[in-house]
Parts: sequence; structure tokens; C-alpha cells
Amino acid sequence: MEGLLSLAVKAVFVENLALSFFLGMCTFIAVSKKISTAIGLGVSVMVVQAITVPANNLILNGLLKPGALAWAGFPDVDLTFLGLISYIGMIAAIVQILEMFLDKYIPALYNALGIFLPLITVNCAIMGGSLFMVERDYNFPEAVTYGISSGFGWALAITAMAGVREKLKYSDVPAGLQGLGITFITAGLMAMGFMSFSGVKL
Amino acid sequence: MAETRRSYLVDPLVDNNPITLQVLGICSALAVTSSLKVAFVMALAVTLVTAFSSMFISMLRNQIPSSIRIIVQMVIIASLVIVVDQFLKAFLFDISKTLSVFVGLIITNCIVMGRAEAFAMKNPPIDSFVDGIGNGMGYGLILMMVGVVRELFGSGSLFGITIFQTVNNGGWYVPNGLLLLPPSAFFIIGLFIWAFRTWKPEQVEERDFKIQTAEAH
Repeated sequence: MEGLLSLAVKAVFVENLALSFFLGMCTFIAVSKKISTAIGLGVSVMVVQAITVPANNLILNGLLKPGALAWAGFPDVDLTFLGLISYIGMIAAIVQILEMFLDKYIPALYNALGIFLPLITVNCAIMGGSLFMVERDYNFPEAVTYGISSGFGWALAITAMAGVREKLKYSDVPAGLQGLGITFITAGLMAMGFMSFSGVKL
Repeated sequence: MAETRRSYLVDPLVDNNPITLQVLGICSALAVTSSLKVAFVMALAVTLVTAFSSMFISMLRNQIPSSIRIIVQMVIIASLVIVVDQFLKAFLFDISKTLSVFVGLIITNCIVMGRAEAFAMKNPPIDSFVDGIGNGMGYGLILMMVGVVRELFGSGSLFGITIFQTVNNGGWYVPNGLLLLPPSAFFIIGLFIWAFRTWKPEQVEERDFKIQTAEAH
């Protein structure tokens, strides 16, 4: 339990997907102009992340790992080279299913999050979360924790970024830095802020 | 015709750069630039994947039903990335360790998807291939520029060859540790964007709000 808690804190602050691994930067920069849209996207990422990381963990341990197919009579088969294509297929499928499910059963949520869902398939943070899970060899409870908390960390970062940018649009920025340039520099300053968490251990 | 092809190749370098103007593919651009060698391999990998995926998608563009096109594009891209990943693991194992998840993340690199969607779905295979190479090079150019700054001033070397002898090795240069840390990449790219836009003023974005100058009463 303590291990999971420390994993969660680490995933939210120390190893924040957006600010220390630069994942999901394209959407992070493009969709952070307004707080309300940023929160919408952040929540969608969190939900999708919380489902896909554990799902990919099951795929890895149940189908792809060396020896994982022993139940089907293939104890020597190692399918890990198919990893990338299975993870992205899983992500695309889950996003699609989630979209249809929300459309049918929770239309209010669909109206709020619907436009962001297609964006999420190509969000590096989702794919990155799954790949980190694979690389660090998380077991299932760890994968669930990591999925939820890394998604939350990303949502936190994009919301903070949107808050800064809403204020920033009233300031006198040099012409060449206007827009994209100053956004990068702001993100850099935020990343430095998040680095100060790196000493925190639970 | 040859003229347009050349423009597909040259335009993305500065005039329509994927990173500084189209805001594509920033995800991996920042994390792999602390050493030039890694940045170079990454740029090469992305260029190849973009070029070939654009070409294959463009060959299939009349067969793909538009409702499932994203998944089809993903499968093509993912297969190419697996080839690159296996190749790196076999021949450049050290670099593949440093790149870790970022090779896999080429799949979700917006440049690849973005060019597939915006260009390859509407243009013939050879043009798409050239466009892929051009955009890959535009991405690589920024990657290498950032890599040069970060490696030269962060650890005093280029491609692992010492340029400035650092203090630790008995030289004179005190390396700037900040440049090896993630946030510096943001600052460097931000400054490059500033430099690009000062050079090409037509790329400057409109202000949302005009600053009012105080008038004398």
C-alpha cells in the first residue's frame, strides 16, 4: 500500500508526464488557451489513461510476454515485438468504445468531452503511460495506480498552464515570442517548478 | 512539377517548419535532445517513418474508407515503427536504451499523423514521400539545433567528442548543468521560435488584445 502511494505521488509530481517527460505536448500547447477546455481535456485524458494502462498491462502479461501463451500450448513463444501495435490498437479501440458508450448512456458527459476523445488516440501521454508501464515492469495494482495518477498529473499540468495563459494574454510580449514562443518558455518555467518536487519521498 | 517537389522538400525547413509553426511533434523533440548523437538517430528514424508511412498511406488513399482511416493509418505507422525499433535494438542497442519509450512514441508523434492526414490522403505517393522527407528534415533541423546547444554548453562536447575541456577533466569550461535538464529544452525552443520569427516576420501570431498606448490629454 505504501509502495502504491509513493508511486502515485511520484507519477503526479516528480515524474509528471507533461512537464518532465514532455508527453502530450502537442495538445498541451494547442488546447491550453482556456481553463474550461483544458479541464475537459485533462479529465478525458485521466479517464482514458486509467483504463488503457491496466488494459495494456493485461495484454502484456496475458498474451505477449515470453511464456505468457503457455495456457494455449505455446510455452516458448515471445510476442513482445508486437507490443507497439497491440498497445496502440488497444488505445484506439478503447477510445472508440468509450465514445460510443458515453454517447449512448451519459450524453451530458459526451457533450462535454466528446470533441476531445478523438484527439486522445494520438496523445503521446496515453501511449507513453503504457510504454512506461511496460518498461518499468509494473504489476496489475501498480498499473492501475500509475494510470490514474499519471493522468491526474497531466490534467493538473494542463489546467495550470491554461491558468497562466489566460493571464498572459493581457501582457506585453515581444512580437516574435507572441503565442507559441512565450508558451514554450512558460512551460519551461513550470517544468522547473515541478522539478523542485524531485526531493520528495514518501 | 519538379519545382513543386522541391518546394515540398524545402518549405518545411523554415517557412512551414513542423515544430516552430505547425506545432507538431514537440512531444519527443524535447526529451531526446540532451545529446547530439541520440537526437540525430531520432531525427533519422522520424524522417524515415514519416516518409514511408506517407507513401504507403497515399498508395492506399483511394481504398481506405474515411470512417476507419485513423485506425488504418495507425496500423501502417505502427508497423513501420516496429521495424525501426527492432532495427535499433539489433544494431544500436546503447542508443535504443537511451531513447527508451521515445521510439515507440513515434507512432503518436503528431508529425507522422499530421502529414498523413493533411497531405498523404490527398496527394500521389511520390509527392507524399518527398513531403514526408521534407517534414522529417524540418523536425530534424530543430532537433539538431537544440541538440548542439544543449550538448555543447551542457557537457562541453559534440557527438561525444570533447570541444570544451570541462573543469572536472582538468580543463577550463564549467558546464551549465541546467542545459542537461528537461526545462532547458523549452527555453531553447522558445528562443529559436523567437529567432525564426524575427527573421520571418510574417510568421508572427496576432495578439488577442492590443496594448493601448497612453495618450496625452
